Amino acid sequence: MSLNRRKFISQLSKAFGISAIAVAFPNITWAAWHKQAFSTDKLSDAIELRYPGLAVIDSNDVTFKAPAIAENGAVVPVSVKTNIKNVKSISLFVEKNPTPLSASFNLSPRSIADISVRIRMGQTSKVYALVEADGKLHRAEKEVKVTIGGCGG
Amino acid sequence: MNLNRREFTKILSLAAAGGLAPSVFSKQRPETMYQLGNFGDARLMHFTDCHAQLNPIYFREPSVNLGFNQAFNKAPHLVSKHFLNHFNIQHGTPLAHAFSSLNFREEAKLYGKVGGFAHLKSLVDDLRNRFGHNKSLLLDGGDTWQGSGTALWTKGQDMVGACNLLGVDVMTGHWEFTYQDQQVLKNIKDFNGDFVAQNIRVKEDALFEGASAYDEDSGHRFKPYVIKELNGHRVAIIGQAFPYTPVANPSRFMPDWTFGINDLDMQEIIDEIKETEKTSAIVLLSHNGMDVDLKMASRVTGLDAILGGHTHDAIPQPVIVSNPSGKTIVTNAGSNGKFLAVLDLKFGTTGVVDFRYKLLPIFSNLIPANQEMLGYINNVRHPYKERLSKTLAVTDETLYRRGNFNGTFDQLICDALRQTNDTEIAFSPGFRWGTSLLPGQTITMEHVLDQTSITYPETYVREMTGTQIKSILEDVADNLFNPDPYYQQGGDMVRLGGLDYTISPTNNVGNRISEMRLDNGTLIDAKKVYKVSGWATVGSKSSGAPVWDNVASYLADKKKIKLTKLNTPKIIGLTNNKGIL
Repeated sequence: MSLNRRKFISQLSKAFGISAIAVAFPNITWAAWHKQAFSTDKLSDAIELRYPGLAVIDSNDVTFKAPAIAENGAVVPVSVKTNIKNVKSISLFVEKNPTPLSASFNLSPRSIADISVRIRMGQTSKVYALVEADGKLHRAEKEVKVTIGGCGG
Repeated sequence: MNLNRREFTKILSLAAAGGLAPSVFSKQRPETMYQLGNFGDARLMHFTDCHAQLNPIYFREPSVNLGFNQAFNKAPHLVSKHFLNHFNIQHGTPLAHAFSSLNFREEAKLYGKVGGFAHLKSLVDDLRNRFGHNKSLLLDGGDTWQGSGTALWTKGQDMVGACNLLGVDVMTGHWEFTYQDQQVLKNIKDFNGDFVAQNIRVKEDALFEGASAYDEDSGHRFKPYVIKELNGHRVAIIGQAFPYTPVANPSRFMPDWTFGINDLDMQEIIDEIKETEKTSAIVLLSHNGMDVDLKMASRVTGLDAILGGHTHDAIPQPVIVSNPSGKTIVTNAGSNGKFLAVLDLKFGTTGVVDFRYKLLPIFSNLIPANQEMLGYINNVRHPYKERLSKTLAVTDETLYRRGNFNGTFDQLICDALRQTNDTEIAFSPGFRWGTSLLPGQTITMEHVLDQTSITYPETYVREMTGTQIKSILEDVADNLFNPDPYYQQGGDMVRLGGLDYTISPTNNVGNRISEMRLDNGTLIDAKKVYKVSGWATVGSKSSGAPVWDNVASYLADKKKIKLTKLNTPKIIGLTNNKGIL
């Protein structure tokens, strides 16, 4: 019998009680949660609440990958990486989502600034990647189209 | 009148002697269309989007192919006399017939059918023999396994066999994927050449579940590229499958695979090839569509050529695109087996130093059929012969599909849907494949399948509000007219039966469509509910009969086809646009 990877890992986690760890420290994980920033419905407010007072500059040093047309608006894969030094956090904002702040990653000084995540989008919108480093926000943007599809040649 | 081979050759050589052959380099000796001089070190032959047309057919090029913004009045957005004038092709010649829709009915009768794999094989073999087998390659841009009844019923296997016999060395794909992932893998296994695609990866969760990949680390489902040795020169062929396959076609057929344009990844692969493979040339075999290829060529550096397809543009001269560190040749080679492109490359110490390009129309009256291929085609079609040759009606019209907004065959499909489903409005997708018929021709089941044979042919009848109808038109219009080619999908506007509208292509999404009216002139009411029929849904499977049943029964009922009305939109903003006559 051969196990597929998911079964293998699920059996491993059962064997070592890994799944218990995930629920053991919810308060610690969620302590730094930017609740207001994540729940506001306006892009500018979300940025200001997440990064109060920081200047935004457009940057060519941020490699932001996102599909031009989403294959499935419910799971849009995006990734952000950069060579900028001292990256403290990376956040993703979807302008037209009901709550624009979609994800925020806090990086430790030794982390490599290279994140990927799937975001949910209800409609075509600009998506912004903001990289926080040395008190500045380095911005890259991309429009992601959500379409009903069909009619391809 | 139908020209015999001798008369035809005479016309051709006269045209060539007058400098009318579509050549960028007109100074070489007069040559007949198919006898190219030998130039350079490597010959790349390319065909694309044949849509499984094994036998010669008629195919009318579009008379509406609009371009705006950067694409305004540039190839491929030129039609009819504008196209011929731009490429210096004399009107009334076989080449003018091949590349435009001018006098289509008369000239199609005169010059006969085009394409056909038996004729294509004779030409490919001849070009290989003259130039040298060891330095020639045959590339197939995809949309090869779909578009005919036999391809549908054999799940593309008839085409795999034909391509093996033809000697295809490398291919990429689009409609291929609609046969479902497992069938795609099976067909590729049976295919003697290499299937390449840098822009298809296995989704991470599917990999996690144990889905197979060409490279588990990168996630590539197929080889991203292949290196071919041509008489000591190494040539890299990178594959670019249609980036929006899971958007334009049902994603349920390839649930584990993700596509996309991915030009950052493309650059990484080119850089890697340059560093590690010691190539004389790097060529992209692309199914992006020409507008996307032109943009990609301006952003990605290091490609010598992009041999393109998908948008079915038959462009006789390449477009040379400058990018940060060089120039890229961009071509598009038409559709339905009507053309064979020949790119001859000359190498120097730094790589490609010169080239010749020709896009050769396959006039089946002019090129003898290869008997081995003919035997194969007859054999593979034999079990289906009765179903295919069933006669349904006679047409009084030229029936065709290509064009941004409608085609007469699409109108026929919409009329059939409306009548058989008793709906006010019908939708039919803006596909660019499908052959043409001349007035007086008998419409057979094969012709109907040439327009409809897909793996999601089910029809639907739905109630839609005026608002919903508008939002569909807006969405599709943006896929066609978004100013940024990376946001286009390369098909044409959805076809409508029973509904006329006004379109302003240069407006933003949501503001292009207005004045929607039923055939009786009544304005569409945003809140009112209308009964709509259609087919080819990409979301979930529809429950109705396959569309070819509706069309066949409609035709059998009518017996003689004369269209009473062509639902055509009013187009705003066409001043000086050479994409329409």
